[in-house]
Amino acid sequence: MIPVLAQSAQPFFRWSYLIDEWDQIQAALLQHLQLTVLSVAAGLVLSAMLAATALRYRWTTTPITSFTGILYTLPSVALFALLAPVFGTQAVATAVIPLTMFTLLILVTNIIAGFQSVPGPVKDAANGMGLTPTARVLTVELPLASPLILAGIRIATVSTIGLVTVAGIIGQGGLGRLIFDGLNRRFDTPTIIGAVFSILLALLMDALLLAASRAATPWTRRARA
Amino acid sequence: MEESYTTAIRLHGVTKQFDGASAPAVDALDLEVPAGSIVALIGPSGCGKTTTLRMINRLIEPTSGRIEINGVDALEQPAVELRRDIGYVIQQVGLFPHRTIAQNIATVPRTLGWDNDRIRERTAGLVELVGLDHAMLDRYPDELSGGQQQRVGVARALAADPPVLLMDEPFGAVDPIVRGSLQNELMDLQQQVHKTIVLVTHDIDEALKLADRIALMNVGGVLEQFASPDELLRDPANEFVERFVGEDRVMKRLQLATVADLPFHQGPVVAASATPVEAREVMRASGSAWVGLTDRGAFLGWVHGPDVHDDGPLTDAPRSLPAAQVGRDSTLRRAMEIIMTSRTSVAVVDDGGRFGGVITLEQIRAGLDQGPEVIAA
Ligand SMILES: Nc1ncnc2c1ncn2[C@@H]1O[C@H](COP(=O)(O)OP(=O)(O)OP(=O)(O)O)[C@@H](O)[C@H]1O
Ligand SMILES: [Mg+2]
Repeated sequence: MIPVLAQSAQPFFRWSYLIDEWDQIQAALLQHLQLTVLSVAAGLVLSAMLAATALRYRWTTTPITSFTGILYTLPSVALFALLAPVFGTQAVATAVIPLTMFTLLILVTNIIAGFQSVPGPVKDAANGMGLTPTARVLTVELPLASPLILAGIRIATVSTIGLVTVAGIIGQGGLGRLIFDGLNRRFDTPTIIGAVFSILLALLMDALLLAASRAATPWTRRARA
Repeated sequence: MEESYTTAIRLHGVTKQFDGASAPAVDALDLEVPAGSIVALIGPSGCGKTTTLRMINRLIEPTSGRIEINGVDALEQPAVELRRDIGYVIQQVGLFPHRTIAQNIATVPRTLGWDNDRIRERTAGLVELVGLDHAMLDRYPDELSGGQQQRVGVARALAADPPVLLMDEPFGAVDPIVRGSLQNELMDLQQQVHKTIVLVTHDIDEALKLADRIALMNVGGVLEQFASPDELLRDPANEFVERFVGEDRVMKRLQLATVADLPFHQGPVVAASATPVEAREVMRASGSAWVGLTDRGAFLGWVHGPDVHDDGPLTDAPRSLPAAQVGRDSTLRRAMEIIMTSRTSVAVVDDGGRFGGVITLEQIRAGLDQGPEVIAA
């Protein structure tokens, strides 16, 4: 929501801002990236544990996926606002805890789906050839689950980049802070920069992760050539 | 039973009762697999063939009973180590999609810590053994046809040269022509490597062709008969076995046995230098209207009785050339076809270019009567 009709005589976009405030933009970009990486990484660790539990003890699958589903439905603004008095607005935890919670649904779902996509005969063959359970999981199941896991990481990363901007409401949020700053001051330039840069960041990370996952799973492309 | 062989795998009273199943999948099964031989497990769907096979490498733990492999109690050994000494070809091939063919084949050697040179050498050798192209080594499994994948599955199972091989319908997923050639390759392979093989199959003809002994199972994991292919065909233990092996049992036996299994004799044959009197004597003694001429081991042809005249050498008489020839390794079925289309009603055995004797329908029939002592499949 960029207020296009500004009453003042300011130009719609002031290019000099880019140069004058470059340090601030760069810092915002960096923080945006940090919050994203931190949240997705924490989400991945938690999801791996949750998914491992779900795969190991079948009956926990439904409770675990329902739980992550409920977390996902919580309003993000409310969560940031709720945690701010607990940890303080500037604490990284205030931003990262809700962001992490939102990654769980997609990550847990995709990790479970990834391991479930490993064909039974492939697992049988691995066992039959005397691979230890650890070797089987690490060298056979994980690589075969990785296309779906990597797809989950991509989606989680891109959606977290979007959500980080919301954390601008508590004065964090990297590029989100530029957006809120501009909105508060009825000054379009930082708002536009924040919005455009966060979109660019999302597109860039998406492309990078796609390239990385392609490189990591060469068999999926050459198959049935 | 005679104990002239060493038993590589021995199942004693092995039972598997799956949780929640009303009847056991395998019931008190006794089975002995002689070292270096192929035993086929065959029977209707759900009779416990796969379960039996998987109990041998402990992918399934028996509910009760004993399994010995080369004299050692399999259930006492760590399962992972046991399995590295047992090649396993699973029914659905189960190649690792994310590994190249070379990497798939190298799975067990790598687990065992072989060095790269040794692995490379072994992989190259195996690819040749199963008749695959070296160019395929760097491909992924999905880039191969079904038949090629099954060959890789066999090569992978053989990689660390395990003394024991378990094969679950290894040629199930390919068309009959490819299946036939894979079966022939397995037989050639077995000539070279002499593994102890347990082969699960749905196909009685495959079992008859490949196995030294056949274990025919029935639903509920009951062993109906455990016998050599010829014995199974000649002397089915009960009606179930009889129905399972099919109606054309005699033709199947003829297909299994070769000319070399018969005690074929010289027949009404004389040297080309023999006198006409000698020739007539041979024909009279054997009740034949024809006499064959040989010359230093070579068969020259048949002379019809009325054409034998006293006033000249035998070689003057008109001869029918021996079109009706079989080799020592021809099947009796082939020999029978040849005899049926021959004017002389006998087939001449060509023993590597030399005259090896003759066989008649009467001899084949006698051979079928006598069974495996004569027709040893
Ligand atoms: N893991 C399992 N849990 C419960 N029952 C099983 C299990 N595996 C097999 N069974 C049952 O045990 C019986 C024997 O199965 P098995 O797979 O050994 O049959 P099979 O002879 O290999 O059949 P097919 O020719 O169809 O492959 C079947 O009734 C099957 O349903
Ligand atoms: Mg089966």
